[in-house]
Formats: sequence, structure tokens, C-alpha cells
Amino acid sequence: MSDVIKEHIYKILEQVSDPEIPVLTILDMGIVRDVIRDDQNNIEIIITPTYSGCPAMDAIAFDIKMKLIENGYTHVKVTYTLQPAWTTDWMSEEGKDKLKAYGIAPPQHISSRINKILFAQEENIECPLCHSTNTKLLSEFGSTACKALYQCNDCKEPFDYFKCH
Amino acid sequence: MNKLSNYQINYILSLADSTLILGQRNGEWCAHGPILEQDIAITNITLDLIGQARNFYQYAATLINEVEHKNETEDSLAYLRNERDFKNLLISELPNGDWAQTILRQFFFSSFMLLVFEELEKANDEQMAAIATKSIKEINYHVKWSSEWVIRLGDGTEESHNRMKNAIEALWMYTGEFFIPADYEMIDVASLKEKWLEKIKAVFEEATLSVPENTFMQTGGKNGIHTEHLGYILAEMQSLQRTYPGAEW
Repeated sequence: MSDVIKEHIYKILEQVSDPEIPVLTILDMGIVRDVIRDDQNNIEIIITPTYSGCPAMDAIAFDIKMKLIENGYTHVKVTYTLQPAWTTDWMSEEGKDKLKAYGIAPPQHISSRINKILFAQEENIECPLCHSTNTKLLSEFGSTACKALYQCNDCKEPFDYFKCH
Repeated sequence: MNKLSNYQINYILSLADSTLILGQRNGEWCAHGPILEQDIAITNITLDLIGQARNFYQYAATLINEVEHKNETEDSLAYLRNERDFKNLLISELPNGDWAQTILRQFFFSSFMLLVFEELEKANDEQMAAIATKSIKEINYHVKWSSEWVIRLGDGTEESHNRMKNAIEALWMYTGEFFIPADYEMIDVASLKEKWLEKIKAVFEEATLSVPENTFMQTGGKNGIHTEHLGYILAEMQSLQRTYPGAEW
């Protein structure tokens, strides 16, 4: 595919946001895996779910199609892939900054992935409000599948942490 | 249809059915959890289970349509099959009981499924390996969460300890089935028993609980022979699709 068209499509995809975390685009999230165009101008966007049961996937696929149709790409197919499995390591640095500004602590580096030791929690999760790292885990499960619930011990603010995956 | 693909399809359906039915059961806790955070936790786990079930049903539908030239979908497989066609483990269809029983079931089930997924990850079926890799990331959280709760309740108050003991008494007889292979099973489940038991015993020890000995083990789920509870779940879960075929929202 010519780079110009591919770049244009990626520009359009930048306008599609995650319905549950509207400050992040699907590119920030790292869920767009590939953009393919065949010689009949059919466009295929390949996306991968963050979690198996992520209820946002159908909405995202619909939004991708709508945005591309608005921009003149009428033959669009969105397909799902599970391989390789999505990881928070694919989240862009820009995306992490946006999350923080939105009040959600961004995922830490890959090395801090789930600590299997019982009752252990991820260390040094920074409070998005006062930036203290003196925080505690309230629950490994938060308002969506991808988040855990934390509380700041200093400013007492409860906040979501986008957990490593 | 050749025997091998028949086995493969049945095996995928058995995993789909177990995750779907347990998801449906856990979903009953929605808005009824003991405290808000744990209500959210159990329903998050439910969402993961239903997502895993969808992955399995979608894959099973693809294979069935390829082999048998049918027009199955994830929905038709979940909503239009009858009780005797469901191959879920019996433990997944049992009523929730109290919080202790729900926690213990999750602990038994997730600890087992983690081992199953670790085997499937190594299988030469690419799609199964992909589903397994994805599921393992999720199930690690389920195992940790349920293990911690077993310890919290077992080593908690006299009341919570007794409830945990009652839960073990109620559920233990449904764990034997995990390790008795059905003819279609694609991995050697019998070989997982020791590892599973090791995990259960380690957590039980910290929870001041013990594993029952020489108990009768109930079987049947994998071959479509269910407790009286499955029919009721299916009636509730399938009624909409059966009343309004093809309904979507």
C-alpha cells in the first residue's frame, strides 16, 4: 500500500477514541495492529482486544468503520486478532501522559506485571492527583476490566490504576 | 466429519460451556456482592469468563462451519443448544451459595483452568494457543484474588472459617471430574491433578483448612449428564433468543 494512503488512514484512526477512556485514541492504546489495502481498494483494519471480554471492542470496530466511511473509504472490514496478545507495553508514552492528566495512573513497566505473591501489590504507583507514591491497593478489579482501584495514603484520593497486562 | 475434528470441536465446546456457565452464575452476584469493591471484582471476573467463552465459541463455530458446512455462530452455540449438548464441568452450574462457596468455586476452577491454559499454550493449534495466552493473563488475577479470599475467610473469624469448611464439603465432590478425561479431551488432564492439588493444599494450609480425604466424586458434566441446576440456567439464559430468534441489541 502506498505510504500516503496508509498515513492518511492512521490519521483518521487517531480520531477514534476508546469509548471507556475517551482521552485515549485506539492508537495510544496500541490496539490497532495493522492496516491493509488490497488492489481493489478494500481496507482491512486489524485490531486486538485488551481483555477477552472487553465490551468496548464492538463499539470500537463500529467507530472505525464510521470514521473511515466519513472520509471516503467505503469498503472497510475490521477483523480481530488474538495473536500476539495485547500488552500495556504497547501503550504510547503520549497515551500514558494523557491517562495521568485524566486522573488514571498509567501502567508501569513490563517488569511490574502481576505480582503472583499473595497479598502483594504493585509498588510505587503514583497518585495522579498529588504525585505521592505512598499509595495502597483497594482492589485488583476496578471500574473496567483493565483497571485496579488504588487509594493515596497522603491526599486520600481514591483512583484508578491502569494495571499491567 | 472425521473423528479428529469431531473431538476437537467437542473439546473447544466443553471449554466454552464451562466458562460461559460459570460466567452466567457469577453474574448473579451483580449488585448483590458483599461490598462494592468485591461486587465489582466478581463481575470483572465474569466479564473475563464470558470473553473467553466467546473466543472459544467463535473458534468452534468456524470449525463446525468448515467441517459440517453449517451456519453456526457464537450465539447459536450458546443460546440454541440443549442441556444434554452442554459439556461444562458440573461445578460451574452449581448455585452460588454464600460468598464462601462462590469464592471457593472460583479458586478451584481458576487454579485448574490456569493449568489447562498452560497446556493449550504449548499445543500446535495456533488459535487455541492464542486464546490460552490471552486467558492466562486474565486468569492469573482470578487465581490470586480467589486464593486471597480463601485465606481471608479460612483464617478469619469462627463464622467465616465455618462457612469455608461448609463450602469445601459442598464442592469437593465436583473437583474429581476435572481430572477424568472425556474421550474428546485434547490434553492429558489426569497429569494436572498433582500440580492442582499442590496449589490447593498450599493455600488451604495458610487458610487453616484441610483437603477432605476419600470422598465420592461426582462426574457427568463433560458428557452432558448434568445436575438439575443447568436446565434452569439455560432456561433463563436462552429464553430471549428462543422467543425472539435472532434478536440483537
